[in-house]
Amino acid sequence: MFGAGGGTSAYVEAEHADLLVLWGSNARETHPIFFHHVLQGLRNGARMYSVDPRHTSTARWADAWLGLDVGTDIALANAIGREIIHAGLVNRAFVERATTGFDDYAATVEPYTLERAEEITGVPAATIRELAHAYARADRAQICWTLGITEHHNAADYVFALINLALLTGHVGRYGSGLVPLRGQNNVQGGGDMGAIPAKLPGGYDVGDEEARARYAAVWGSDDYPREPGMHLSQMFEAMERGEMRALYCIGENPAESEANAAHARHLLEGLDTLIVQDIFRTATAELADVVFPATADWCEYEGTVTNSERRVQRVRKAIEPPGQARPDTHIICALATRLGHDWGEPTAEEVWDELRSVSLNWHAGMSYARLDALGGIQWPCPSEDHPGTPLMHARLWADDPAERGRPAPFTPVEHVAPVDALDDEFPIRLTTVRLLDAYNSGVQSGGYSSPLRVPESLRIDAGDAARLGIANGERVRVVSRRGAVEAPVGIDPSLRPGLASFTPHFTEEVDVNVLTNDAWDPKSGTSEFKATAIRVEKLAPVSSPMPSPMPVAGA
Amino acid sequence: MTTTGKGPAGPGGGSTAPADLPVDGASEAAGSTALHDGPPPGERTDGDTRVPTAVGPTVVDPVAPARGPEERLSSGPVMLGPIRRRVSLTLDGREVRVPEGATILDALHDEGTPEQADTPTICWAPNMDPINACRVCVVEVEGSRALVPSCARQCEDGMAVRTDTEKVKHSRRMVLELLASSVDMDRASADVQRWMDEYGVDAQRYGPPAPPAAAGERDRRHAGHHHAPDGATAATVHQPVKVDNDLYVRDYSRCVLCYKCVNACGSDAQFTFAITAAGRGFDARIATEYDNPLPESACVYCGNCIGVCPTGALISRREYELREAGDWHPEEQTVSTTVCSFCGVGCNLELHVQQNEIVNVTSPADHSVTHGHLCIKGRFGFQHVQNL
Repeated sequence: MFGAGGGTSAYVEAEHADLLVLWGSNARETHPIFFHHVLQGLRNGARMYSVDPRHTSTARWADAWLGLDVGTDIALANAIGREIIHAGLVNRAFVERATTGFDDYAATVEPYTLERAEEITGVPAATIRELAHAYARADRAQICWTLGITEHHNAADYVFALINLALLTGHVGRYGSGLVPLRGQNNVQGGGDMGAIPAKLPGGYDVGDEEARARYAAVWGSDDYPREPGMHLSQMFEAMERGEMRALYCIGENPAESEANAAHARHLLEGLDTLIVQDIFRTATAELADVVFPATADWCEYEGTVTNSERRVQRVRKAIEPPGQARPDTHIICALATRLGHDWGEPTAEEVWDELRSVSLNWHAGMSYARLDALGGIQWPCPSEDHPGTPLMHARLWADDPAERGRPAPFTPVEHVAPVDALDDEFPIRLTTVRLLDAYNSGVQSGGYSSPLRVPESLRIDAGDAARLGIANGERVRVVSRRGAVEAPVGIDPSLRPGLASFTPHFTEEVDVNVLTNDAWDPKSGTSEFKATAIRVEKLAPVSSPMPSPMPVAGA
Repeated sequence: MTTTGKGPAGPGGGSTAPADLPVDGASEAAGSTALHDGPPPGERTDGDTRVPTAVGPTVVDPVAPARGPEERLSSGPVMLGPIRRRVSLTLDGREVRVPEGATILDALHDEGTPEQADTPTICWAPNMDPINACRVCVVEVEGSRALVPSCARQCEDGMAVRTDTEKVKHSRRMVLELLASSVDMDRASADVQRWMDEYGVDAQRYGPPAPPAAAGERDRRHAGHHHAPDGATAATVHQPVKVDNDLYVRDYSRCVLCYKCVNACGSDAQFTFAITAAGRGFDARIATEYDNPLPESACVYCGNCIGVCPTGALISRREYELREAGDWHPEEQTVSTTVCSFCGVGCNLELHVQQNEIVNVTSPADHSVTHGHLCIKGRFGFQHVQNL
């Protein structure tokens, strides 16, 4: 947020907020322990709004559910912003002192009347107005979001639309108020913080930051790396398509199954001169590889740190011996460097971490292993060993002294753009991907245990749609998108509205869902539009085995 | 630690303000001698610096102008927890001062002698609201007709608490003895075993245990249909183990009805409300709705009931199998704290490992991320790293 890629608040603040907006997040199932904090907040009297195309198990805890159409979140957010402005509920003092670009923002949202927003989003104007007023009037309000915001072709704009609302109302930089992106994996935050994003060095410095580079050169002994941002994943696949990228070293990722438009992705991976896969599993991607480096599961077979959604760096520790020839990721990388002519030795995890601390002066310098142990993790920024870490960020925006306030936070006006994969007569149903409580991503980790909640993967659709198509619960159908087709049984799901269907990405061996999804991606973040695919559902020959009961819904 | 709210329970949460930064009520931090000076009890508003909320300094910002430590100090942390008055009370005649809102048990834990701090508890847990069911933590409070559960009663100014009287000791022994006569306590925590020893529990004096009930029989009993036993045997809750899923088992022969599982499933953590107490009196038992097997209940297998069970009534399927096979060896187990490999919440996991196999997963009760509670993936989703 505002130059730092991390959420603004500690989880515990949700327990003391007055209003919680879960936007594009089914945290009840996807971030269950964060949702424990939300539930304590509700127990303490907070109100909650759920903004989600589905009436999820999260929405069932909400005071009101805004069931918008997939891909219309910006229109909704802009309408909320406009309503706050027109109702005179803008936090004037904050906007004037701590932000820039308000006038442009106000002009941009002006056309998004409640009525127009209702037309675009499908959410009743009165409910949009209710949320706008509740959010603006609350003493402490948070917006929490997940992949429903970020898996779109213009995902960064979605995030800006939400940040604008926080700036408009001053719901940032104060305890209990904040912007809380919930990360999908245990070290998404840490990976980005360590520079595993194209434009950043470890510690959040830009790759073009000469001052930082000088510091890194002193430690690394080299400044011989690009000054321009590299490619993100979606760009890499495009470079493969153009034949410009001929080799890929893939560590702990399963793009053959997890990429949108998977058949195409697999074809590109097969066409590489060299594919190296380093993973704890023999994944579908590893099956395509020329070389496979078996790695340890570092969270229980080696040492290191991970960083969670509240920027808390915590240690992972070895609990069990790794199997066979598996080696820690850092050891594999160092051994490879040695074979390539640079003897990096075999540093311990703590030595690697201390090197990072010596260059990441703002965020990590104060986080020794000893302190991480003693304090149960530390939230960055933590610039020195006498600094306790930073649970709540951007309080500076509230400082009286302009010098202390620092750089104001900019409004970023954004426009609603419909999903790339448009609905039409040929593909009239919106397919979105969703996640379940007991499963995880492409299922390679969560497939291993015997969950009593597990049900066969199915195309979940609304009962009315099924009736219109003459499809019975449990009947196998053919699901066709503009990119591919799969067969799957149908499950009637009361959380869906007419015109909306869902698959999970968890059970690719049953339904290879990413054959259908769209690889149109966001130029700012590189994320593909997993959340909005246009499909049609075709009846198969009438051989069916109806399921005995409606779909159980976990997490109620 | 005060018991209001669910804030981080101490240094493990890692968010309390450091002593060297200026904080509201900082005079309190100067030292304990100050506690015994100053205005009479009830008129001081000296603060308890251990606020229940994770509020550290809020002054460092990656894109703010760079500032040195001196400047950081000048703005200081934002202190948002309530400033607590302190109240005075005596513990076995010795005066102590605790933050307003603290329970007698908090006072015994934080300010008591080692003997006072060792007050027995069964239904209490540091990460849960007081349940006040087991009555093994009772103390005498001057002026109170009945014994008082120390876990739930808040301290009041001028309160005189006695923990060492015959009445207290006798009552605690009776509670433990009645439980031990009717419930299989041999897998209760080491502390509970020790307390039973120290308080001189003799469960045998109630006669030989009655034979176990048939499977499901206790579940079918109705309130008011219970017949008094003839006294030849000790009534028990013994019954067959309920094994109806691959993740955990319910061995209600070991259930003391402490309600921890009910509250962990309910408003203390999980808010799933899959279980509650059914029946009345000695026939009361923990049940799902209509006594359905777990796979047909609302259970979402977070296992937070297992995490809080003090007597081994709720254990993982793997622990159950190893125990049945005689292969459960706690003395050989190691416990390593790490972070869950699934979503981005970053829950601390304690991996209990026996012979290079993960046999149980728990979470530390005093960590601000989990408060000791997990979801199905964190507690059970580790099979992908088992090398069996």
